[in-house]
Amino acid sequence: MEEVRLIEVKEDILADNTVVADDLRSKLKKEKTFMLNLMASPGAGKTTLILRTIEAMKNDLKMGVIEADIDSIVDAEKVQAHGVEAIQLRTGGFCHVDASMVLKGVNAMDLDNFDLLIIENVGNLVCPAEVDTGSVKNAMILSVPEGDDKPLKYPMIFTVCDALVVNKIDYLELSDFDMSAMRERVLTLNPDIKIFEVSSKTGEGIEAWANWLKEETNAFIG
Amino acid sequence: MHELPVTESILNICVKHAEANNAKKIVAIELKVGEMSDLEDEWMQKYFDYLAKDSIAEGAKLKIERTPVVVQCNLCAHTFNVDIKKREKLLCPECEGTCTLISGKEYHIKNMEVV
Repeated sequence: MEEVRLIEVKEDILADNTVVADDLRSKLKKEKTFMLNLMASPGAGKTTLILRTIEAMKNDLKMGVIEADIDSIVDAEKVQAHGVEAIQLRTGGFCHVDASMVLKGVNAMDLDNFDLLIIENVGNLVCPAEVDTGSVKNAMILSVPEGDDKPLKYPMIFTVCDALVVNKIDYLELSDFDMSAMRERVLTLNPDIKIFEVSSKTGEGIEAWANWLKEETNAFIG
Repeated sequence: MHELPVTESILNICVKHAEANNAKKIVAIELKVGEMSDLEDEWMQKYFDYLAKDSIAEGAKLKIERTPVVVQCNLCAHTFNVDIKKREKLLCPECEGTCTLISGKEYHIKNMEVV
C-alpha cells in the first residue's frame, strides 16, 4: 500500500487571469485608451445600447467595440454600419470572456485609434460577473421586461458593476416592474453603483449615461 | 454555468504541482470556494471527473469547503459576515457605512493528497 502524501498548493484559480487583467489595464493606461465591460442577459439590449452610445459620443471620442456576445458576426456588422470599428472575438460558445481573450482582441487593434473601447460581453448574468476582463470599468444592463427581482437572483453581478443601465423604460407602463424596489435591492448590494434609466428605443436617458461614460473615459485617458 | 473553465484550471494547477512533487496519482483535492459562487459541488465533481479522465488526477475527490461572504465597513473598518442568499444588507451594522467585499468570491486550492 502506497503512502498518501499531502501537498500544499495554495493557489487561486482565477489568479492567472487577474495577472493578465492587471497587465491589460496598465497597457490601456499607457496607451490612453479606456475600456468598458458591458454585461447583460441575452435580449437586454446590449447591441442597441452600444449603437445609441456611439451616436451620442462618436463626435467627441474615438470609439471601438469588441464583440464577444455570440459566435457570429451579426453584432459586429451592425456596429460597423454605424461607422465604428468592431472586432468579433470567436468565443466558441464560451459562457464569458476572460482577460486573455480580450487581450488578443486588443492586440489586433491599433490603440492609437481609440479613446474608448466597449466589450460586449456574452449574454449571461452569472459567469461574466466572476471573471475580470481587464476593463477599467464594468457596467451592466437590466431591462424592464426581465423584472425587478434580478438583483435578488443574481447578486454577484450587481456587486462588481460601476454602473447599471435600466433599459427599455418605455415598457414600464405595461409592466409591474417596481423601479424603487429594484433600486433598493441594487443599492443594498452596491451602494456606490450609478443607476441610469434609459430607453434605447426612444433615446430617453441616453445623454446622462453617455455623459457618465465620457467623464470616466476622460478621467482615465487624461 | 462555467464549471468547465473553473474545473479545467483546478486540474491544470493540480497536475503541475503533482508532477513537481513526483506524485503518481492525485487522490483528493481540498478547495475553498466562496459562498458567492453559483457552482454546485456535485457538478464541479462531474466536470472534474470528465476532464481528469486518463490523467494522473483521474478519480480524485474534490473536498469543497464554502467560505462565507465577508465585508468590511469603509468608515469604521468593522468586519462582518453577510448571508447573501438571505438578502442581508451590505451596510455596516455598527455605523451604517458602505462596505467592501473582502472574501466570498474565491476559488482557492488549499492542498491535495497524492501517492
